[in-house]
Amino acid sequence: MSAETMLSLKGVTKRFGGVQALTEVDMEVRRGDILGIIGPNGCGKTTLVNCITGFVRPDQGQVIFQGRDITGWPPHKVADAGLTRTFQVMRPYYSLAAYKNLIVPLFSPRARRTGGWRGGGRMGDRNTVAVDILEEIGFERDSYVPYKTASSLPTGYLKRLELARCLALRPDLIICDEVFSGLSMSEMASMLPLMEKLRAEGVTLIMVEHRLRELFSLANRVMVLNFGAKVCEGNSEEVMANEEVKRAYFGSEEVFEYV
Amino acid sequence: MEAVIQSRRKERVDRGIKVRTDGVYAVSSWREITYLVAPRLLLIGGLVLLPLMLSAVPYWQKVLSIICIYSLLAISFDFLAHFVGLVSLGGALYIGIGAYTAALLNTHLGLPPILTIPLATILGGGICTLLLWPCLPLRGVYFAIVSLMFPLLAARVIEALDIFGGTDGILGVVGLPNKWVEMYVLLGAVLIILFGLRRLVNEDVGLVFRGVKDNDQAVKASGINIITFKALGVFIASAMGCLGGAMLSHLYMWAGISQFALDFSIIPIAATVVGGGGTLAGPVLGCLLLVPISELLRDFGTLRIAVYAVILCAFIVFKSEGLMVYGSRKYQQFERWVQI
Repeated sequence: MSAETMLSLKGVTKRFGGVQALTEVDMEVRRGDILGIIGPNGCGKTTLVNCITGFVRPDQGQVIFQGRDITGWPPHKVADAGLTRTFQVMRPYYSLAAYKNLIVPLFSPRARRTGGWRGGGRMGDRNTVAVDILEEIGFERDSYVPYKTASSLPTGYLKRLELARCLALRPDLIICDEVFSGLSMSEMASMLPLMEKLRAEGVTLIMVEHRLRELFSLANRVMVLNFGAKVCEGNSEEVMANEEVKRAYFGSEEVFEYV
Repeated sequence: MEAVIQSRRKERVDRGIKVRTDGVYAVSSWREITYLVAPRLLLIGGLVLLPLMLSAVPYWQKVLSIICIYSLLAISFDFLAHFVGLVSLGGALYIGIGAYTAALLNTHLGLPPILTIPLATILGGGICTLLLWPCLPLRGVYFAIVSLMFPLLAARVIEALDIFGGTDGILGVVGLPNKWVEMYVLLGAVLIILFGLRRLVNEDVGLVFRGVKDNDQAVKASGINIITFKALGVFIASAMGCLGGAMLSHLYMWAGISQFALDFSIIPIAATVVGGGGTLAGPVLGCLLLVPISELLRDFGTLRIAVYAVILCAFIVFKSEGLMVYGSRKYQQFERWVQI
């Protein structure tokens, strides 16, 4: 593969007091990739996402997005450059109707520059574009769901709303922080085709996940973190075959053997 | 015989007319149109006619002007707290800065009130925004504390450095032509700002403001600089306060450190609580109620504050949702008991 590099991390390190959250993480994402990031709880996945998107400033290392060094940029500038994220804990605007939630990203400088989602902001008014996005992502246009306040929506819809907020910006790269967690099996089953559609459209994705089966069916490359350091990287079979990954992820017995 | 305990709950159902007037069918009949327009006309008509009704008692006309100034502050507090997410106790700062700016423009540059009032509104709003700029990343109670500190600081600085007339204040500010101009300029400002803001918070810009209030992290992740929007919100709110301050200095023909008094920070909050937060019209209603009460209680001398406090407590305990919320619920819905 010789596709252009979208995002590369060089030696990203982050400490919280005495806790070493990330140690010298290197990473590369090419256009059209779906990179999965997995690892046990507390291994630094979300911190890595925060470092990339500017919510946390890395202590050392570089984050380079589309050839620009974005290390330490504030979150709104990172998003403006075309790198958006969803939040693990959903962050909708609870008092607003679901489709009104999307007016905020559609009002952003980036969306006004590019027209936002599929350039739609240039053609229609923002309300119509917002309902268009929601329809695409599984809110039935003619039902009352898109018009209900976000506080009354179930988790599955809120997760979609997170994704819709990213799509509204017409991003070059989306980082999904656990979009599958907390969903019922049926909600997950209806979410998968959505992600596949995104892949077919050529959106570059980074997916942080605990749901390995769903992730492996989507991702073309997987990276494993443990104790804030990269353990290995490769396609799903390589990763599953890796001894160190098994040790980090699946069982502590083998660790005891080493001790 | 044992009493049968029946559990029941109150159900609230939208009135038919409320449902019918939600969409374009609002214009289907005069009844529907009247239902929508009546409360608004009552407010507008009432405020426009009040000065005439009070023409027999000039003292109460003065009170009406003060009510309007407090209303401006209360609307600005409600806007910042419920639509931008900043709890601002800086009402006194806005009034003080507005009053001093208008007074200085008038006495030093000799500008007439027709220029000083708009200038003080814009300049004052700018000054307040610049002062509060470093505090904008703060949220909740932290912003409240800092914004409360500014009016105290301003008053002490003026006193200590003996600038702007020191404790005497700035004397000789030109008064407004007559009391009718005073009242109608203020009433007009209150009505325009009230209906303007109500429209603003539902426009796309307003939705971003409400987004900042609900979830500022998500707004950042949407590629929008929240500091810019908070600053814009503070500018809008403080400009409203400065307008009130500028009017006040022309009303009293004087600007002094008592215009940094904490009354201007606290009474608008009380009015918002009584009137109903998040409604914008509620705070005006609250001021129309609280300021006259405070005037009527002057006969009680020092007990005034105590009686005032009791009234406030009663409101908070028994009708904490606020008059406007209560009123609009009664207007739009009916209640009935249903057995479970």
